[in-house]
Amino acid sequence: MIRIAMKMLMGDRAKYFTLVGGLSIVVFLFIQQGSVFCGLIGRTAKPVEAIGAPIWVVDKNLQVVDEFKGLLDTDLTRVRSVEGVKWAVPLFIRQVTVRLSNGKFQAVRLVGIDNATMVGRPPKILEGRIEDLNAPDAVIIGKAEMERLGNPKIGDTFEINDRRARVVGIADVPRDFLSNPYVYATFDRAVQYTPRERKLMNYILAAPKDGYTMAQVLANIRKTTDLAAYDEDGMRWLTMNYYMKNTGIPVNIGISLFLVFLVGMAIIGQTFYAFALQNEKYFGALKAMGTSSFTLVKMIVIQSLVVGVIGYGIGVGMGTMIGFLAGPNAKLAFYTPYQLIYISFIVTILICLLSSILSIQRVLRLEPAVVFRG
Amino acid sequence: MTGTKSAPDPCRAVTLQSVNKSFGVGETFIKVLKDITLDIKCGELLLLVGPSGCGKTTLLSVLAGILDVDDGVVDVFGSRLDQFSQSKKTDFRRNSIGFIFQQYNLIPTLTATENVAVPLIVNKKPYDKALVKAREYLELVGLGDRADHFPSQLSGGQQQRVAIARALVGEPRLIVCDEPTAALDGETGKLVMEMFRKVALSPERAIVVVTHDNRIFGYGDRIAEMLDGRIIDVRENPEHL
Ligand SMILES: Nc1ncnc2c1ncn2[C@@H]1O[C@H](COP(=O)(O)OP(=O)(O)OP(=O)(O)O)[C@@H](O)[C@H]1O
Ligand SMILES: [Mg+2]
Repeated sequence: MIRIAMKMLMGDRAKYFTLVGGLSIVVFLFIQQGSVFCGLIGRTAKPVEAIGAPIWVVDKNLQVVDEFKGLLDTDLTRVRSVEGVKWAVPLFIRQVTVRLSNGKFQAVRLVGIDNATMVGRPPKILEGRIEDLNAPDAVIIGKAEMERLGNPKIGDTFEINDRRARVVGIADVPRDFLSNPYVYATFDRAVQYTPRERKLMNYILAAPKDGYTMAQVLANIRKTTDLAAYDEDGMRWLTMNYYMKNTGIPVNIGISLFLVFLVGMAIIGQTFYAFALQNEKYFGALKAMGTSSFTLVKMIVIQSLVVGVIGYGIGVGMGTMIGFLAGPNAKLAFYTPYQLIYISFIVTILICLLSSILSIQRVLRLEPAVVFRG
Repeated sequence: MTGTKSAPDPCRAVTLQSVNKSFGVGETFIKVLKDITLDIKCGELLLLVGPSGCGKTTLLSVLAGILDVDDGVVDVFGSRLDQFSQSKKTDFRRNSIGFIFQQYNLIPTLTATENVAVPLIVNKKPYDKALVKAREYLELVGLGDRADHFPSQLSGGQQQRVAIARALVGEPRLIVCDEPTAALDGETGKLVMEMFRKVALSPERAIVVVTHDNRIFGYGDRIAEMLDGRIIDVRENPEHL
């Protein structure tokens, strides 16, 4: 009966392609919207990944990595003395304004890294050397969003708060949510680029000693310093959760996804229903010939699942293709986690099964006696 | 059994006793079959005739186990359909009844062979074996060369022959046909009826054909005439005695 169900389904090319095509587009949109969401939210945590430290110690009230909540020098000493802490260094991240040579202004994310250890340095230097950061006025800039600084080359200069900055290197830094270029300097230098304040650093990066678990060390820091401490993942999620809670992104994308779901239901449901109406005569004949209702329902469910799986395959293929074509460092925020692939599969199957409910109802109600009526 | 003059038959295909059937309730209530008593013998082709609306299709549906009766006995090859549950009737139809419809009801996306194979596949016969057997039956109705044609590529008469092959392929003991020739021209209709007698009729089997078409009355062994829900006359056809 499954072979017959398949032939009934695929024999009607027009309807079959409408079903599969419609579903593919629905799945595609679902993956696409979902990936944009994950891409956008994922980008909010990029600064954390770019810094790349095992432990982040921050002010207790810090909500997001993009916020400035200063720490005291004494905080650093206290963290260093916590049991299980191998090392701890200061970090400084602030939004500052750069004055370009053409007179325009541009906000940048200024990262000041520990002079001696350079913990928190850019993950990959594309041009120049990290050691050059110790030269006077030296900065290294991130390649992503570099065009906002006028695509400077090594040796070019610009001004940060009336102080000269000279590009000594270009680093590979992921694009983040705020889309501001990264400017790296040594901690001491970065301090000079910003207005004078009592609290200079806003992060302490640290690492656990061998023999201590991450959880132990985080707990020790929290207990003895009254500061908050996170591992890298914790810091990422702190930031992502902040953006999910405090921006319209989840709501907007949620609405999009819901609309996609509704449109999918409408297209697939309607086509399926038309398909079932058209086949009712034959289902009636099959019923008269002794096919059980259960078998007929099975046929309909299999038809809808086949459409579902094929449409899903094409839709996922098209959806992930976008991310693949765009590449990881594209302007387009697009990230497709495997969970999204699973969820969209469940959504697809849900759409298909819901759409076939009407047809199933009709077949169950179908009187075999209708076969003799014209 | 009662109601027939003939001597007890070793093979009685169908026995109907005081069968009543009505539709609707209240305003829409109508009695369609009124106290129907009828025997159908093995090896015979019975024609059921009468004016439109007299209840022929309803009676045929009762025989085939697709309509329940209000009361009376419906015995088809020893199975008391009036006492069967729906699922038992479904099984019974699958194993014992062949159907032929006025509008053929061939599935348009299946080839002639596949259409013929449907009853076998419904009966859980392996697909490939079903196709082989279906082809044999297509040969039998003279359509061996049309095996891979779709219904839309066949004439009405050819489609009805495919439907005959489909009704026969499961080797059912009772074949029911509602107006099998109504959509066909006179000559084609006769051809189809000849085919019934030639390939469908056998000593263990009975065929019931509902028809308006007086051009084919000559093909029945007996003709039962209905009027307003009753059988008013059953006559033998001298040609086939
Ligand atoms: N499901 C139903 N509900 C209500 N009335 C019905 C139903 N089926 C049949 N009838 C009525 O029963 C009567 C007999 O119908 P039936 O179809 O058996 O007639 P028929 O002799 O086959 O007529 P025709 O030659 O036009 O096909 C008609 O009056 C019809 O309206
Ligand atoms: Mg009728």
